[in-house]
Amino acid sequence: MMEQTIQWKGPGLTRVPFAVYTDNQAAAQEQERIYRGETWNYLCLEADLPESGSFRTTFVGDTPVVVVKDDDGEIYAFENRCAHRGALIALEKSGKVDGFQCVYHAWSYNRQGDLTGVAFEAGVKGQGGMAKSFCKEDHGPRKLRVAVYCGLVFGSFSEDVPGIEDYLGPEICQRIERVLHKPVEVIGRFTQALPNNWKLYMENVKDSYHASLLHLFFTTFELNRLSQKGGLIVDESGGHHVSYSMTDPDAADESYKQQGIRSDDSKYRLKDPSVLAGFKEYDDGITLQILSVFPGFVLQQIQNCLAVRQVLPKGQERSELNWTYIGYTDDTPEQRKVRLKQQNLVGPAGFISMEDGAVGGFVQRGIAGAQGLEAIIEMGGDQAASSEGRATEASVRGFWKAYRHHMCA
Amino acid sequence: MIDLLALCAFNASYANAIDSEALEQWPAFFTEACTYRITNVENEKEGLPSGIVYADSRAMLEDRIAALREANIYERHRYRHLLGIPLVESARDDQAVARTPFLVARIMATGETMVFATGEYHDRFVMDGGKLLLAERVAVCDSTVTDTLMALPL
Repeated sequence: MMEQTIQWKGPGLTRVPFAVYTDNQAAAQEQERIYRGETWNYLCLEADLPESGSFRTTFVGDTPVVVVKDDDGEIYAFENRCAHRGALIALEKSGKVDGFQCVYHAWSYNRQGDLTGVAFEAGVKGQGGMAKSFCKEDHGPRKLRVAVYCGLVFGSFSEDVPGIEDYLGPEICQRIERVLHKPVEVIGRFTQALPNNWKLYMENVKDSYHASLLHLFFTTFELNRLSQKGGLIVDESGGHHVSYSMTDPDAADESYKQQGIRSDDSKYRLKDPSVLAGFKEYDDGITLQILSVFPGFVLQQIQNCLAVRQVLPKGQERSELNWTYIGYTDDTPEQRKVRLKQQNLVGPAGFISMEDGAVGGFVQRGIAGAQGLEAIIEMGGDQAASSEGRATEASVRGFWKAYRHHMCA
Repeated sequence: MIDLLALCAFNASYANAIDSEALEQWPAFFTEACTYRITNVENEKEGLPSGIVYADSRAMLEDRIAALREANIYERHRYRHLLGIPLVESARDDQAVARTPFLVARIMATGETMVFATGEYHDRFVMDGGKLLLAERVAVCDSTVTDTLMALPL
């Protein structure tokens, strides 16, 4: 077991050593202790695997993984790595297969990840071949535990991780169920290459303090103001969160003007406001719900724009953000059109999210040479607890609570 | 008939508007009711309708430029479009359908240049009041990955 290399000064959650975003040993420990540790990692949507034999390739941390549906209707996941020499088993992002065969030496696997065939196992004309003692059942890619919750497929390398509903906790479950209460279909997929550590993106997602400061679009059109009715849920582990709010014209108060904040620019109006014209689809009046699951999953409802996001580390200073936009299978054409238009709000070119792609890079570049220094995460106090207000970094502190729990355990 | 030369001249002028940072001119290359969408080959192949940018009016394109100028935060950068010769699928007096390959390099404020996007425009041109305009342009990127963000249009 490697020693913890990052020095956390004290047990509190309000200071984060900048070294966590740059230190290579910390990155290696994250792979072992978080991604291959007691966590559930989002793999894909159940809707991505419509038929028996449908598969998708993805990653848990930096480990390549295949997710596939078998004839029994169950979903299986295993490392995308041949037991023989370690080559990828599946090269495509998705497809439909009877089984898998490694291209290198044609070792084959069934849809459950069992090694079923070794080319020339008995040799050729009595020469060569594997030893008689070689037992295919003893060799195969590592399998993941798989859990499907509300159409989300999660995988874990851990035998000890609690069941998915216990891992998420009742409040997070209820908020996932709120959005994924009926069958969905994928309406688009995009990937953003981010010039920063994966944790900076997850912190950004959990940071309800920045949203209406960095994103002018949000504030000006009353989509999200800190003064709107809403709240923040941080689960007991700290690792999962929900930030939610309700569009409310009465919330256009003076608090932004008083701060002299750039984002309060009342001159800014849309010529074609149809991009914001939504429809009510949830009874609770919540028009924005951002939900995260530790370590790298996000479920988004921004007005009628629904998406799941998967954050993957790609080395210490790069990460990948996979967006999957969804609609419900029973959407009317008009509802689908609204979702498509509202996608202008998020994604790589999103009116309210393009900044999130860049700001992590600003931090990553800013902290060069800052080893030994720390970030301040003290807005709203020092706790990682739920609250009604969102001018707080409570869920960011929650992320570090969960992170330190896994890394130091 | 709308000819190849007219399409080439149109594209040269379109690319110049973006690359010379005269972004306010960009919406005027489209009809008032138009489609402009940026997607990638995988979504196209699967028939998935989403776009990184999804607009169905010229006003939405104008809003996008206004947002870039007044609201969005991104590091200063510019593009260089290299457009291929349009592959004309059909052409009449008042309408033409063509595909044009593009390569867009991004030049950052730091001076660094990188290939930002390659792909193909799927276009429907119309003659509107004696002027050639785009009724539809779908920029289908070859890569599914966008580096950092896409602020400027393709």
